[in-house]
Amino acid sequence: MSKTVIKVDHVGVKFQMGAEKVDNLKEFIIKKINRKIKYKEFWALKDVDFGIQQGDRIGILGLNGAGKSTLLKVIAGVLKATEGSVTTKGKIAPLLELGAGFDLQYTGAENIYLYGAVLGYSKEFIKERFNEIVEFSELGDFINVPVKNYSSGMKSRLGFSIATIVEPDILILDEVFAVGDAKFRKKSEKKIKSMFKDGVTVLFVSHNIEQVKNICNKAILLEKGRLIAQGDVLDVCEIYQDKLK
Amino acid sequence: MKQLIKNFKKYRFLLSELVIKDIKLKYRRSYLGILWTLIEPLLTMIVLSVVFSSFYGRNDRTFPIYVLSGRLLYSFFSNATKSAMRSIRTNGQMMKKVYVPKYIYPLSSILSQYVIFLISLIVLVCVAAYLRVKPTIHLLEAIVPLIILFVMVLGVGLILATLAVFFRDMEYLWGVILMMIMYCSAIFYDPERVVKTGNGWILQINPLYSVILNFRNTVIYGQGLDLNALLYSAGFSIAALVIGLFMFYKKQDQFIMNL
Repeated sequence: MSKTVIKVDHVGVKFQMGAEKVDNLKEFIIKKINRKIKYKEFWALKDVDFGIQQGDRIGILGLNGAGKSTLLKVIAGVLKATEGSVTTKGKIAPLLELGAGFDLQYTGAENIYLYGAVLGYSKEFIKERFNEIVEFSELGDFINVPVKNYSSGMKSRLGFSIATIVEPDILILDEVFAVGDAKFRKKSEKKIKSMFKDGVTVLFVSHNIEQVKNICNKAILLEKGRLIAQGDVLDVCEIYQDKLK
Repeated sequence: MKQLIKNFKKYRFLLSELVIKDIKLKYRRSYLGILWTLIEPLLTMIVLSVVFSSFYGRNDRTFPIYVLSGRLLYSFFSNATKSAMRSIRTNGQMMKKVYVPKYIYPLSSILSQYVIFLISLIVLVCVAAYLRVKPTIHLLEAIVPLIILFVMVLGVGLILATLAVFFRDMEYLWGVILMMIMYCSAIFYDPERVVKTGNGWILQINPLYSVILNFRNTVIYGQGLDLNALLYSAGFSIAALVIGLFMFYKKQDQFIMNL
């Protein structure tokens, strides 16, 4: 029996949204004096409860605003749950869409080290894998050019290469196959599938149901912050498609 | 606590990467590179010395170094607090995606400014040698105000970083406050003039002035530390650090929602 690597325990996330956005001191003071600050509470996630076994590939489905990204943020540890808790075992590597988080002034090579450091790896570890990352990204001599001169495809290729070559235990893929040419897309799908064999756990968010079916073995479906279905990927996809009609 | 130290060790490489990045990018694409940390204060010193010695008739031989020491300490204070304040917002994209201890961002921006500041002290050494200011044993004590200054900036920086997430106009407000602090720090005038008018308290309540005073005492005048100024600046710095840490830890989970 494989072990549970992610345990999401009755998680709820509450956002406190000002009816209007007050983000400066001047407005804050004026409105405070007039007692005009109103807060609207809003649960982005409510009572979400499930577990993920090692080696599972979970597709996360749901319409826009269902809470998919919030759920990923809670699992990645970026956002703290208002209630409930999330426990994870192992190294999580989020795959940033379009290589968000790169420093644009920095060259590709420098960004590899920076991004590796952000993921919590040591210098030696990244040095060992540096060539592999450059090779996989197919950037060639562009690796020494500042990232601001990269095309969006190049950025996502570099981001993908770093996140996958460092061999994380849990990989978070948030709409990542939307960019990049068909050739690289095929290559990256192949890479991810080869990682399945090593027992990587994948969280995959996409609106493309075919892709979800292709990559995942299980799925969960969110609606307005609540978990309404979980289980085998084909079953959940069917429920989701019914919802779409 | 143990968890905190373990976490810090894990992200030590990230901290050094971020510090190096700040310094590297600041001087990339400039012809003279890191030399600017030396040239820029030297040029301002010349301008200020010329202006104030001819306008106010200060013909004191050590006046250039007086101006330079004040200006170097003030500009570290100003640059480091400003960049700490912006650090959360500029790294917001990253923060939304990957878990990193959040204090890493203000800490790294302050550390990189501190490194630049320490490098720029070389100018002070050169000017002091040129003006034949004799080093004394008290020069070793200069390390005390330098440490106090770092703690002060860290404390103030954490407070500002927290506030700036919720109030975007903090940046403008802090710019004005910084200007006030500058004029109250006796960078290019003689504090005696202010004391004579009966407004000496303005200098006394300014913790940055206490640091500058002690720094000048040890470096230029070959005196020991002024005990009152030492206690006041140290007390202020520790209080600021405690308040800063408290505010930062209390509010850091809400940063994401406000970025």
